[in-house]
Order: sequence, then C-alpha cells, then structure tokens
Amino acid sequence: MNDSTTKKETILIIAAGLIIGAIAVGLVFFGNPANMGFCIACFIRDTTGALGFHSAAAVQYIRPEIVGLVLGAFILALVTKEFKPRGGSAPVTRFVIAMFVMIGCLMFLGCPFRMILRLAGGDFNALFGILGFVGGILLGVVFLKKGYTLKRSYSMQKTEGTIFTVLQLVILALLVAAPAFIHFTETDGGPGAKHAAIGISLVAGLVVGALAQRTRLCMVGGIRDVVLFGEWKLLSGFLAILVAAFIGNAILGFWNPGFAGQPIAHTDGLWNALGMALAGFGCVLLGGCPMRQLVLAGEGNTDSAVTVIGLAAGAAIAHNFGLASSAEGPTANGKAAVLVGIVVLLVIAACNSIRKKGAA
Amino acid sequence: MRTVDARGLSCPEPVILTKKALEAGESMYQILVDNPTAKENVTRFATHQGYKVSYKEEGEDYILTLKK
Repeated sequence: MNDSTTKKETILIIAAGLIIGAIAVGLVFFGNPANMGFCIACFIRDTTGALGFHSAAAVQYIRPEIVGLVLGAFILALVTKEFKPRGGSAPVTRFVIAMFVMIGCLMFLGCPFRMILRLAGGDFNALFGILGFVGGILLGVVFLKKGYTLKRSYSMQKTEGTIFTVLQLVILALLVAAPAFIHFTETDGGPGAKHAAIGISLVAGLVVGALAQRTRLCMVGGIRDVVLFGEWKLLSGFLAILVAAFIGNAILGFWNPGFAGQPIAHTDGLWNALGMALAGFGCVLLGGCPMRQLVLAGEGNTDSAVTVIGLAAGAAIAHNFGLASSAEGPTANGKAAVLVGIVVLLVIAACNSIRKKGAA
Repeated sequence: MRTVDARGLSCPEPVILTKKALEAGESMYQILVDNPTAKENVTRFATHQGYKVSYKEEGEDYILTLKK
C-alpha cells in the first residue's frame, strides 16, 4: 500500500458516505420517521419493543434496516474472505458499556448516525449533541493514550461467528409472519408506526451494511482518529453523509431549520450534550459506534454481537425505568442514569488503563 | 528490528501501539495484526510517517514490515 492506495480509500469512503446519506433521506421519503432514515439506537430500541422486552407502545417495530446491516456486512465479508469469527475480549464489560451508550443515545434521542441526519434536516439541537459527542470522544482518547485496552480477542468457531446473523434472520421472519406475540405500534401511535416497506428497508440496510463493511465507516472513529493520529479518512465519510443528507433534504423539502418543534427531539441543550457525551465516551471504549458494532457482528465478531445485545438491554431498561427522553424533554430518571453512566464508564476506563510495569 | 504484537486487538489499539513504537525512531519494525482493518490502519499511519510498508499473510495473521 502507498499514498495512492490511501487516496483511493478516502475517495471510496466519501462515495459510500454520499450514497448512505442519500439512502437515509430516501428512507424518510418512503415512510421512516423524519430525520430518522437510519438510527441504530432507535431501531434497536424499536425491535426490542416489538419483541416485548419493553412496553413503550409508541416505539415497537422490527426494523429490517438492522437485519439488513448485519446481513449486508456478513455477505460482503464472506465474499472478501474477511469473515473471521473472533471474540473473548471482555464481553461482559462491553455489554455494560453498551447499555449505557444506549441510555445516552435515548437521552439525546438518536445514535451518532441520527445525530448527523438530524443536523442535515435543520435540527440545530443536534449541535449540542455533537458538542457533547466530541467531548465524550476526547475523554475516551485520554484513556486510550493511557493504555486503555479490553485485551485481545481470540479465534472462535464458525458457528459462534454466524449465530448472530442467523438470529437476525429469525427476527426478520417474525416481522414477516407477524404472530400475535410481536408488538407493533398502532397507526399514528408514534414513531414505531412510521416505516418504509419491509423490502425497501431491508435492501437499504443490505447496501449500507456492505458499504460500511468495505469502508470501515464509523461515526466515532472519525473524530477519534483525527485527534489521535491526524487521520481524516473516517471523518470524511461522516462528513459525506452530512452533505448528501443535507442536499437530499433540501431537494425533497425536508429541510426545516430551527430548535423548537423538531421531529422526535427536545430542546434541552445541556442534556442533549451530556447524553451524547456518554454515548461518545462509551463508543470509544467499545472501539466503534453502534453501526460499526452491527457491521463487526456481521463479520463474525462475537464481542460486537454481545455489544449489540447490550444496546438492546439498555433500550429495554431505558423504557422500563422511564429513562428515555421524549419530545417534552428529558426525565429526572434519565438525567440520573446518564450521570451514573458517566461515572461507571470512568471507573471501567480507569480499571482497564492500569498496566503492570514492563508489560507492553 | 523491533516487533509489535497487536494480534487480537481492535482499532485503534494496533495503531496506538505502532505509534508508541515508532517514537523510538528505529528504521525497521515488524507489526503483527490479525484483522484487515488493523492492517489497513497501521499501513496508512506508517505510510504517513514516511515508512515503506509491505506485508505477508501467515495463517490468520498479517505480518507488516515497516522500513525507512
């Protein structure tokens, strides 16, 4: 590899970012909630609700985008021979970090991906989210520089690496079959009722999953790598999504600038920032944003699969314990949970940054 | 020649370990990684630091050689 290969990688990720941004706006056009063509946190939360792990009636739907993302990454990884089952790098720690990442996302009402899409739709509350997100990432970088590590992973059996993808197919089958025990938000009953047709959502997920697998796209890695190494590759993908989604929104008349009355958002700047600070910090400790975790899980990374299950558990907790924000704003329980989360992650980060003298 | 074993580690750790090792300013390094993302990221970083990078696959692992 040389400089021209590096340049090629950057061009590829910008192209992928542009396509992904356009697909996200397209999904809103086809029925997804506003500024929510993609939201990994919201979609995992919706699926968790549909499966009955929480009972917030407004946000229950099996999102085929999630299934598609995992499947798209899985298929492309098989094709490119990058499917490598691995795991064993502190799975329980990852589970706990992921729970708090979800709680932070649901304070803000979106994952890092939706944060970009909200900004591209004119929701300026996202600016506070980005501020907090960058702060959280910088905090994580401090620990990375101190030697934070969850230690190495090891090779696993093929079945272990494949089982999470199979689970996604089972969840997709439950969506199509729609048995009585699966919960769906009633028409006009909330964001869960707004969705594109199953086929469209699934194909969108497949394409984005494949592109993200190929380009290693990651919302948290972008800012992290610029701070740590002066590397702009990942961040350029992030910015390309913003540009494409902005243009798409402008063309389709979805651009609606302001703070108040934004779709599925609240105007509490401080808690928007703190929620995303928790999410950004946690994602650095996990090594990637929620979307990247889905992609890695598809590639056979079982630590990432456990992380996704932790995100789902966090979503269930957030709604069962009244932690998730709504358009009215954050809840007292949610504020307490975010603060607890920041403390817990600080302890986890500190404990995993201590090294014996002489150890590399 | 110094060797950095970053096998099993996920990004950005292999790059951080590489960066720390490169601070010693030696002219040749060997970096062991076991996933293509780490291979790409270490290669990109080392290239930007002025090293020529070549690699070979050995089983599950990639052995990168950095030369200045």
